[in-house]
Amino acid sequence: MSDKSEQRRLSVFKTYKLYVGGKFPRSESGRVYEVTDSKGNWLANAPLSSRKDARDAVVAARKAFGGWSGATAYNRGQILYRVAEMLEGRREQYVREVADAEGLSRLKAGAQVDAAIDRWVWYAGWTDKIAQVVGGANPVAGPYFNLSSPEPTGVVAVLAPRESSFLGLVSVLAPVIATGNTAVVVAAEQAPLPALSLGEVLATSDLPGGVVNVLSGRTAEIAAPLAAHQDVNAIDLAGADEVLARELEIAAADNLKRVLRPQPVDDWTAAPGTDRMTAFLETKTVWHPTGSLGASGSSY
Amino acid sequence: MSRPAPARPAYAPPDTPGPPRSARDPLPSTTPSSTPPPRATSRPEGKTPTGVYSRYARRYARLVTMPTNASAAAHALTDVASSDSTLRRFLHGLPGVDAVGLEGRAASLGTRSIKTTAKAYAIDLAISMVDLTTLEGADTPGKVRALGAKAVAPDPTDPATPSAAAVCVYPDMVATAKAAVAGSAVKVASVATAFPAGRAPLSVKLADVREAVARGADEIDMVIDRGAFLAGHYMKVYDEITAVREASGAARLKVIFETGELSTYDNIRRASWLGMLAGADFIKTSTGKVAVNATPANTLLMLEAVRDFRAQTGVQVGVKPAGGIRTSKDAVKFLVLVNETAGGDWLDNHWFRFGASSLLNDLLMQRQKLATGRYSGPDYVTVD
Amino acid sequence: MASVFEYAPAPESRSVVDIAPSYGLFVDGEFTEAADGKVFKTVSPSSEEVLSEVARAGEADVDRAVRAARKAFEKWSALPGPERAKYLFRIARIIQERSRELAVLETLDNGKPIRETRDADLPLVAAHFFYYAGWADKLDHAGFGAGPRPLGVAGQVIPWNFPLLMLAWKIAPALATGNTVVLKPAETTPLSALFFADICRRAGLPRGVVNILPGYGDAGAALIAHPDVDKVAFTGSTAVGKEIARTVAGTRKKVTLELGGKGANIVFDDAPIDQAVEGIVNGIFFNQGQVCCAGSRLLVQESIEEELLNSLKRRLSTLRLGDPLDKNTDIGAINSEEQLSRITTLVAQGEAEGAERWSPACDLPESGYWFAPTLFTNVTQAHRIARDEVFGPVLSVLTFRTPDEAVAKANNTPYGLSAGIWTEKGSRILAVANRLRAGVVWSNTFNKFDPASPFGGYKESGFGREGGRHGLEAYLDV
Repeated sequence: MSDKSEQRRLSVFKTYKLYVGGKFPRSESGRVYEVTDSKGNWLANAPLSSRKDARDAVVAARKAFGGWSGATAYNRGQILYRVAEMLEGRREQYVREVADAEGLSRLKAGAQVDAAIDRWVWYAGWTDKIAQVVGGANPVAGPYFNLSSPEPTGVVAVLAPRESSFLGLVSVLAPVIATGNTAVVVAAEQAPLPALSLGEVLATSDLPGGVVNVLSGRTAEIAAPLAAHQDVNAIDLAGADEVLARELEIAAADNLKRVLRPQPVDDWTAAPGTDRMTAFLETKTVWHPTGSLGASGSSY
Repeated sequence: MSRPAPARPAYAPPDTPGPPRSARDPLPSTTPSSTPPPRATSRPEGKTPTGVYSRYARRYARLVTMPTNASAAAHALTDVASSDSTLRRFLHGLPGVDAVGLEGRAASLGTRSIKTTAKAYAIDLAISMVDLTTLEGADTPGKVRALGAKAVAPDPTDPATPSAAAVCVYPDMVATAKAAVAGSAVKVASVATAFPAGRAPLSVKLADVREAVARGADEIDMVIDRGAFLAGHYMKVYDEITAVREASGAARLKVIFETGELSTYDNIRRASWLGMLAGADFIKTSTGKVAVNATPANTLLMLEAVRDFRAQTGVQVGVKPAGGIRTSKDAVKFLVLVNETAGGDWLDNHWFRFGASSLLNDLLMQRQKLATGRYSGPDYVTVD
Repeated sequence: MASVFEYAPAPESRSVVDIAPSYGLFVDGEFTEAADGKVFKTVSPSSEEVLSEVARAGEADVDRAVRAARKAFEKWSALPGPERAKYLFRIARIIQERSRELAVLETLDNGKPIRETRDADLPLVAAHFFYYAGWADKLDHAGFGAGPRPLGVAGQVIPWNFPLLMLAWKIAPALATGNTVVLKPAETTPLSALFFADICRRAGLPRGVVNILPGYGDAGAALIAHPDVDKVAFTGSTAVGKEIARTVAGTRKKVTLELGGKGANIVFDDAPIDQAVEGIVNGIFFNQGQVCCAGSRLLVQESIEEELLNSLKRRLSTLRLGDPLDKNTDIGAINSEEQLSRITTLVAQGEAEGAERWSPACDLPESGYWFAPTLFTNVTQAHRIARDEVFGPVLSVLTFRTPDEAVAKANNTPYGLSAGIWTEKGSRILAVANRLRAGVVWSNTFNKFDPASPFGGYKESGFGREGGRHGLEAYLDV
């Protein structure tokens, strides 16, 4: 009798899906792969993205670029801050997912999630400041007004770090979109679930569809078409090993993508600088004649 | 050097509808007869002209109809000056001038290197273009006679030296000047219209002009009413010029803008077109009486204006930079501006002049240097 | 142009420059022969006269030069900033003193008019060294954090279109930040770099800090691939740029690439027309159009196409083509036979594709490599002359109807180096400049350069910036 009353409720599994163009499609291939925790226990099936999913994600990211890069920096800051707010409310879910994915204690996973939330806040504040830090007027030797300002590079492919499924992901993704780029993110192959769940938060944070697109699957398989894609402007190789990184950098040369090579990161909680933003910024310099107020040059 | 003045292409031909405006009634008449129908010269519907359907026509398509030949152009552009508002719209619709670009182009042309035969040609040409000027309260008949003699034979040691184009004096000195240059091709130009300020009633200005012409002036150098121009009363400026044009009779009319007072290049371009529309034979930068007179940039701008005006109307107008041009080197730079902007047709003293006094001696010294190979000095040219 | 006012020849004196019959490589402070003894001739493109015979660097020479630079790096990078600055100031001053000589030399070796070398190249070269000299002791305050470190040995490969200016763009920031350099000038224009080597000696620059390796593409490739090079800087074609990007993949080498372009010069109907015409001419005929940021596509608003073209053609008729040493020459010689044949091929292609070709009446000299200023009208975005970089005095004219269309066409290229906007309406300038995908936007002007102003491209025009504070980043470990 007590057996019956104590029978546990059967939980509802979550079907993890991709996040592309603001929607949650299954992989175009219809295939999935099994995601396990650090001890090998099955956690969920994740979509196994194909080249075509990568292609669709790039199309979505390109489509979103005009609006996102054209939004005011203040507006982008508001939205990034909104992401932090949404994450805070769903903190427990991410702590669980990170703990499972990375084999961390609840406490340690919690610290990772907290740091990730704070990272969104940090970059939310940067959106309307970076231009003043890296741009400005240039004192040229002539009657010209000359101004350099940073502009987003365009569509950036981001290979999320393998070792830090959530904080690492946020640390490479947030700086890319803070400055107005749009992103196609390839989630950590072994631990994609926090990344896929992030899509759910982004979708409810006023972030326009297509600004961030999340793919899961075999990193090397998805990254190759992205690195070679002529409509991708840059690639962050954070999640690639040495061999893959070199292959991708060679492929990226075809349209001279900006390439951020993998850099060893010991501690993702360390305060970031501006490097990950400036890596995906172009400098545009605009000239205009000034001249004098009067035709004589001596009127005033 | 000067060739006989061709009959001035009729800008406002005698058969222009409506009576000529009375000098006492400078504002446009509102009688229907003086306002030609807006599309008086329109082409057959749907037929595209082969000629240049110019930028001005496009900008003012609703205001004026731009025919493709010069004589018809006169009719059409007359419409531009049919009211203060059409005139304003036309002048303010002229392409803007970027000051830095204009000055840059003038400076760049200033780096042309004119040597040997080209230099000899340029110096003689420049001498022939000088309007040798004295415009002082202290002018006397003696001073004017000396100036006249110098204009006729600038270098007594070398009779091959060309004469200057004209002597330029105040109206009361015209007769003296006329006598001094008698028998030569040198013209007498008279400033008029209450030069240099121009601040006198129109009747006084016109009397000034008539007196000068009556005393034999071949050319009249008038000043525009800068106050009216800066206040935006373009029609008033236009009417004054046309009135002076009429009072000048057969004398050629030079219209002085006093570019230093107009201040901006946009204003100078507008004034140039305004002057040409109103019938100027020459447009002239300055009186020589203010701080900033002729500069390479404002002269370049006016050369562009006469070039464009001829391209559009077929009417050629001369240019006269005045004041501040003192050295041969500067004069040659101005000739380069003429050559590369308006073109060879303006390289003649019928179409280009220098309003100057000390320039002539420097040209003469350079001319002597070219002839002898040694540098000349001020004791070897005459002081007048 | 037939005129009553014909300018007599006004040649700049050639005697201000003394070109030796032969030159060596400049390695470790000495001029030396190539290891394999190879040499090549450098000719004057305006006359095909052989100017000198120059040692041709090979792989062994590259290795020797990189070793010399590595050896010099330790002391040079440890030198206090103010001392490094003083060396650069010295170099800047000597360049100013010798600028007429260098201008004539550059004109002889490159074929560009003396008016340009005298009034543009040389003043900018000196200014560039002055500018970066001032940074050498202020790097802590450059916005890259405290104590930014130099990278090490910089391998630099430069083109022939602005030989000495491109050298200045490369060497000045590299030395200011404490790097040492191995630089390969282009094979058709090695001389000014070798004169610069002499200037380095006069300035007392320590041995090995600057090494100059005249040579061909093989030497450039060896330099870029050399394992002990920490930094690669290249200016040149996009094709070679891509090859370089592949070569350095997976290495630690930091790269900056300044590559090709197909700049759009957009003229709206309310433009200051006369200045726009000057800007168009300057944009495509400056340096015979052999400029990566040339405004080679004229996008003109359809409503003013005819009048603008008339003005432009009239203006082109006044361009003076001929002896580059003549002070009145506007258009000099094409740099090489190879480049001339590339231009000729692309122009023939343009004609075959149905675009309308126009050139002013213009006599070309008998010897040397010459190409008349050329306009193509009736060009569409689909024509190759609207897409491929010609790198010659050839302007393709296209039309647009609306600002949106202008921007779309301007951006419709894999390149993204420069663009021009001509309009008197301020808000339109800002709106259009904002949407152009190009690293340099000139509004109501064109082809202006300044050491304080960052220069570099978007997309396939390369990455990294040269000039200004931004230009330091390429040579610092940041």
